[in-house]
Amino acid sequence: MAAAAQEAIHEHDHHEESFVSKYIFSYDHKIIGKQFLITAIFMGLVGMMLSVFFRIQLAWPGESSDILNMFLGDRWAPDGILNQDMYLGIVTIHGTIMVFFVLTGGLSGTFSNILIPLQLGARDMASGFINMMSAWLFNISSVIMLVSLFVESGPAMSGWTVYPPLSALPQAVSGSGLGMTLWLISLTIFIASSLIGSLNYIATIINLRTKGMHMTRMPLTIWSFLITAIVGVLSFPVLLAAALLLFMDRVLGTSFYLSEIIVGGEMLDNVGGSPILYQHLFWFLGHPEVYIVLLPALGISSEVISTNSRKPIFGYRAMIGSLLAIGFLSFIVWAHHMFVSGMDPFLGSVFVFTTLLIAIPSAVKVFNYLTTLWRGSIVFTPAMLFAIGLVSTFISGGVTGIILADSALDIQVHDTYFVVAHFHVVMGLSAIFGMFAGVYHWFPKMYGRMMNNRLGYAHFWTTIVSGYGVFLPMHFVGIGGTPRRYYDNSIFDTFNPTAGEMILDLNIIITVFAIIGAFGQVFFFFNFFYSIFRGPKAPLNPWRSNTLEWTTPTIVPGHGNWPGELPEVHRWPYDYSKPGADEDFIPQTVPLKEGEEEH
Amino acid sequence: MGNKLVIILVIVFGVLAIAQLVRVSELTAKATKRKEEEIPENENKFNANMMLIFMIALYVSFIWLMLKYGYVDLGPAASAHGQEIDWLFDLNWIIIISVFFLTNSLLFIFAWKYSRKPGVKAYYYAHNNKLEMVWTVIPAAVLSVIIIFGLKTWNEATSKAGSEYEDIEIFSYQFGWTARYSGMNNELGKFDYKLTTAENPYGIMTKNNIERSLFLMKVGEPGQNGVEMLEKQLNDRNLALSSKDRKKLEVELGRKERMSRLLEAMSITYADSLDELANDDVIVEDSLVLLKGQKYNFSFRAKDVIHSAYFPHFRAQMNTVPGLTTYFKIQPIYSSDDMKRKLNNPEFEYALLCNKICGGSHYKMKMSIKVLEPKEYLEWQKTKATYDGTPWIKGNEEKLLEYYESITSRVQEN
Repeated sequence: MAAAAQEAIHEHDHHEESFVSKYIFSYDHKIIGKQFLITAIFMGLVGMMLSVFFRIQLAWPGESSDILNMFLGDRWAPDGILNQDMYLGIVTIHGTIMVFFVLTGGLSGTFSNILIPLQLGARDMASGFINMMSAWLFNISSVIMLVSLFVESGPAMSGWTVYPPLSALPQAVSGSGLGMTLWLISLTIFIASSLIGSLNYIATIINLRTKGMHMTRMPLTIWSFLITAIVGVLSFPVLLAAALLLFMDRVLGTSFYLSEIIVGGEMLDNVGGSPILYQHLFWFLGHPEVYIVLLPALGISSEVISTNSRKPIFGYRAMIGSLLAIGFLSFIVWAHHMFVSGMDPFLGSVFVFTTLLIAIPSAVKVFNYLTTLWRGSIVFTPAMLFAIGLVSTFISGGVTGIILADSALDIQVHDTYFVVAHFHVVMGLSAIFGMFAGVYHWFPKMYGRMMNNRLGYAHFWTTIVSGYGVFLPMHFVGIGGTPRRYYDNSIFDTFNPTAGEMILDLNIIITVFAIIGAFGQVFFFFNFFYSIFRGPKAPLNPWRSNTLEWTTPTIVPGHGNWPGELPEVHRWPYDYSKPGADEDFIPQTVPLKEGEEEH
Repeated sequence: MGNKLVIILVIVFGVLAIAQLVRVSELTAKATKRKEEEIPENENKFNANMMLIFMIALYVSFIWLMLKYGYVDLGPAASAHGQEIDWLFDLNWIIIISVFFLTNSLLFIFAWKYSRKPGVKAYYYAHNNKLEMVWTVIPAAVLSVIIIFGLKTWNEATSKAGSEYEDIEIFSYQFGWTARYSGMNNELGKFDYKLTTAENPYGIMTKNNIERSLFLMKVGEPGQNGVEMLEKQLNDRNLALSSKDRKKLEVELGRKERMSRLLEAMSITYADSLDELANDDVIVEDSLVLLKGQKYNFSFRAKDVIHSAYFPHFRAQMNTVPGLTTYFKIQPIYSSDDMKRKLNNPEFEYALLCNKICGGSHYKMKMSIKVLEPKEYLEWQKTKATYDGTPWIKGNEEKLLEYYESITSRVQEN
């Protein structure tokens, strides 16, 4: 039945299309993937600029900056000095944009869309219409989030986790007014986009694999997208519930999260609610979200590292097993964000145990990557550089997670810059490296042209140097006991001026690297947009890769992907440098030779 | 304005410079027939060597940061459980740094060593169950050690406080802290947020406070409308109210009616003897003063939003949550003067900081802490009065001092 449906799609798509139906309201998974990517690149640019703004404030507090005045105007940066409420607004929107719009929508949205049908040998997604809806809901929610930056009372200002009561009470901070309402609306639409997108990915992967594409012959990218989608489908609805209850507390006067509050001289009559309930609901998504961000990046790097080491990925089944283990464990660790929230300490002990278990599959993944590189024949394409960078940041950010998972140690470093450094390395850098690796690797498939390698090298080296330059010193800021979300650290001068000076020194180093890193991205933006139009034409299989997407007869496949028959799969996707073969790669469509073992 | 122009020009010229570089690279590519998909030997070698250089730079800067900024002048843990935490932190730190160096070295060295070389084919090596078992079991074993030690420290730090602990309540609000000592009977007076008024900002429960709140809620005073005053306004035909204002007053009236019913119930059920608990409490707003060696059981309250009571020097932290009392125990083991000596920093002071985003002035929300020796502590206590206005210290001072010294002497350094 599936095959017949696919043929129907195929037939349907041969007529002439207008510009609008081809590029704007397209059902084609490749166009939709590109739409996700372009929106995410733009959102990433905004998120990065916001980070530069607050880094300037942290390194040179109280000093006038023309850049701040230029972008934020006299309302939020009078005389070039950032307003303290807007500082929180910028931090909040930076976090929200990066986590949801860049690393969830941008990473999973882009590559699940482009790669799932192509790597499985399908004509398109299970439902093209739902796929288009998902992309457009994503765009709408992005616009609403950006609009919230321009509200008179400011955007949401209670951190990206928007803990109530702060986020529920406009009397407590101005951003909890209209800005917060828009934040909730935007996130609700985003969740809808993510949910229908994920259902579509799951349906496609389960139903539309081509002949011979058993689950155990799927590339690890597809496995990671599948597990990401399942995790998303199971956890995002809980955030939706949390957001809805928060909305009701704000608008309808309910008391889910509010109890015994006096704010702005007013005694509220909300009693019986619990702010901790919100934290449980939020982190029930919030922690799986970390893996929603990370798993696609790990899938992409598996593919890129194997291809460019010219070796099979080491321990294919163990890689799938560890993806499954991480996906499962991600649901039972959420309360490690809440060790000092006032929750029962015994509950804390349980979460210490489950959280530290995640280190095991993560270690397996790292050692498998290392063994894949061992005795390889490594080609340093820009994609490969970023994939190696990902493994490094995954290690460096992962190990500090052990400290944070240990509740006794978390007492001291909870909500300090140590946490900020940890998750930016393990989730921010790793995931964005995975995303860059994916863009460089599949750019020829998306646009039929090659990106410039030398700009790619420059991009990678400035990014990894500035990435570590920002976050390595930040760990020490945190170990020194500096709370996060402080507008400046002048308070240290009142009790330990020496420490205050050291923190400021480190903050200057961090900001300088952040600015270098931001400028480093110009290499990418330029390379990306220039190559779309002017890059050299790409060959059919530029990286000499095994997976199905490189078997299409044109480098940018038309609607329906393969014009005639769908390809048939005879082997796993990692037959690189197999003894007895002429070439150092054997595409999945090549039948097994007589007596050849699969792997 | 001039600077803005410079910024824009820098960006424009930057982009133009890259465009020119790309042009040059494209022209050379055409001239040498180079293709982007084929990475030339020299470029591959450049990136391979960069891997090694980067690794060394990463390690050097990491070690430099450790040596120069390793503790950021935080000082040794100034509490009993904090010493355990620091020991555990060091243990974990050693483990994770070893892993950091080992795996990053393998990564970058492999990347450098196994870069493509002409005529060398990659080694087809798909799996090895034994090897994979090794790197499943070893991390699992190391993690078990970490979990066991971690939970031991955690259980000790969060166990219930015994009777030898002195109770202090920390009240948090946007943007400051107040401490309430439990006084001579070591029991804090009851509280209820509904009793909060201008005269009773912490909502402490005594008979007088209940009556006062009930009066304000039912009758009201200029500046604070009670039920009666609101009703009068709403029924006043001479008063022209817009429908919006009327609605607002009606909502306020409804809320105050509910509140006064609750206060009435409280007033009826209240046992007058509970006043004693509150009357000997001591409220301190400027700084938290502790006796070296005394064990304290802190309880935390929040007035408006979530705050977090962070005592970085004592390795202690607990969120303060509206509607929920939270607890944390601390036994300070170094006096403020001890710590100044240890850090060789005469300006040092202990601090209580807010560590949960709570609004615009979050970064200024601090209370200073002093840990004193018995004599100084008693002197300080003598300057303080209790909630009902009598002196804190009423009994035999010498005996009290002796008792304090016995407490402090338990944590004297050997």
